[in-house]
Amino acid sequence: MTIPLLTVLGRMTLAFLEAAGAVTSFAFQAIRLSVQPPFYRQQLLRQMLEIGYYSLPVVGLTAIFTGMVLALQSYTGFARFSAESAIPNVVVVSLTRELGPVLAGLMVAGRVGAAMAAEIGTMRVTEQIDALTTLSTNPFKYLVVPRVIAGIVTLPILVLVADIIGVLGGFLVGVYKLDFNDTAYLRNTLDFLEFQDVFSGLVKAAVFGFLITLMGCYHGYTSKGGAQGVGMATTNAVVSASILILTFNYFITEAFFSR
Amino acid sequence: MNADAPQMAAAKISLRDVAKSFGPKKVLQGIDLDVAPGESMVVIGGSGSGKSVLLKCILGLMAPNRGSIRVDGEETVDFNDRSRARVMRKFGMLFQGGALFDSLRVWENVAFGPIQSDGMRPEQAREVAIAKLGAVGLGPEIGELFPSELSGGMQKRVALARAIAREPEIIFFDEPTTGLDPIMADVINDLIVKCVSDLGATAVSITHDMASARKIGHRIGMLYEGRLIWQGPVADIDHSGNAHVDQFIHGRAEGPIRMQVRKF
Repeated sequence: MTIPLLTVLGRMTLAFLEAAGAVTSFAFQAIRLSVQPPFYRQQLLRQMLEIGYYSLPVVGLTAIFTGMVLALQSYTGFARFSAESAIPNVVVVSLTRELGPVLAGLMVAGRVGAAMAAEIGTMRVTEQIDALTTLSTNPFKYLVVPRVIAGIVTLPILVLVADIIGVLGGFLVGVYKLDFNDTAYLRNTLDFLEFQDVFSGLVKAAVFGFLITLMGCYHGYTSKGGAQGVGMATTNAVVSASILILTFNYFITEAFFSR
Repeated sequence: MNADAPQMAAAKISLRDVAKSFGPKKVLQGIDLDVAPGESMVVIGGSGSGKSVLLKCILGLMAPNRGSIRVDGEETVDFNDRSRARVMRKFGMLFQGGALFDSLRVWENVAFGPIQSDGMRPEQAREVAIAKLGAVGLGPEIGELFPSELSGGMQKRVALARAIAREPEIIFFDEPTTGLDPIMADVINDLIVKCVSDLGATAVSITHDMASARKIGHRIGMLYEGRLIWQGPVADIDHSGNAHVDQFIHGRAEGPIRMQVRKF
């Protein structure tokens, strides 16, 4: 009983290490090729539009309702200690440090990461990636590099917008439902907010953008076996990106805020 | 096409002892093949016989385990990315399923090589694309459509236009008539013969369609269990004296060839 269990455990460890090695090598290749010409600017702009502009509605909706719920929930808790005045502070710090980047990252992972894996995976199984090579175009540079750069550049902008919309959600609930004074709410928000709160959130967003696009591209690029393979690549891209977002979120938070 | 077969000169493509395995399965087991400049070589063989792997090895999409692949006398097996891109400039490829980029319009597909790889301005590349579409019998209005809006036969024509857009020295055809009705298959065969002849290009095709092989080839080679078991002029295929070739060209279930199950 013990030996088969050890065998399974050993196989799983080896498979994990192999996958981790492959992803790391893929990431290094993406970074190396991103500084070498030719640069596909049109592809980059298209991806920035896809990741940023077209994700705005879903990220905006997520942010505004999160801000509203945060204000409402904080009120029910803080009212017991007569600490209602801390609500604007809690809303803005929670959003900029944690909820903005993490929720935007998870939403974009579901929307963009899945689409990237499906598109590149379909290109792989229909030989479109081989076709790029025969047209003297490095498929890695053409497909992966613009997506990864677009993810790193666009997600912080998206998170900044999400932060503002989230604070607006909290403001709406605070002023129109909880009877806060609007000027006092905004002053409290701005007085308590520090540069590091926003900056740490944007650093997280850039890292999450890298992870989402890397996972989408990696799983799509290495997919095989037709429709089933593409479906599996899509699922794996979303699951792995989500897990990595939550894991890296902890380590970045610790790097910025641990005493 | 046999009447126009060129005399054997210094080989345009030369393979020596090319072998490729996937795990324990030996797909190619020492292929020797020479293709002369301007010659059209067709490799026939059953499904899973290693035809696609052979083509991918020559194209550099797959590295052989051993052997030599020379293009214009230049060894290509150990090429780095830059050298590979340089030799790719000589190649055009028609993929089995067309492999058209479905996010791009038809003209952008055809102009992809000239724009992305040769740095041609889009307006000029568009004119080239429309001219190439005309060469395969498609009007300029087709250029504005997306590949998903085209029938299988039209997609093959567009893929052919893309393959010849950069006027390559060597064109590869992967099962050019698969999935087409006999009439459309013959139209594609005619276009292949015309395009290859107009460009004066060397052609390497893989197919299991004998009508296509007879029409587009000067020479035919038969691949079986990873080896080229017979090669010769198209005219000789009907009296090759090889039982495997006879069974294949007549499409008989009974004979020395056993069905290959796994795909490579």
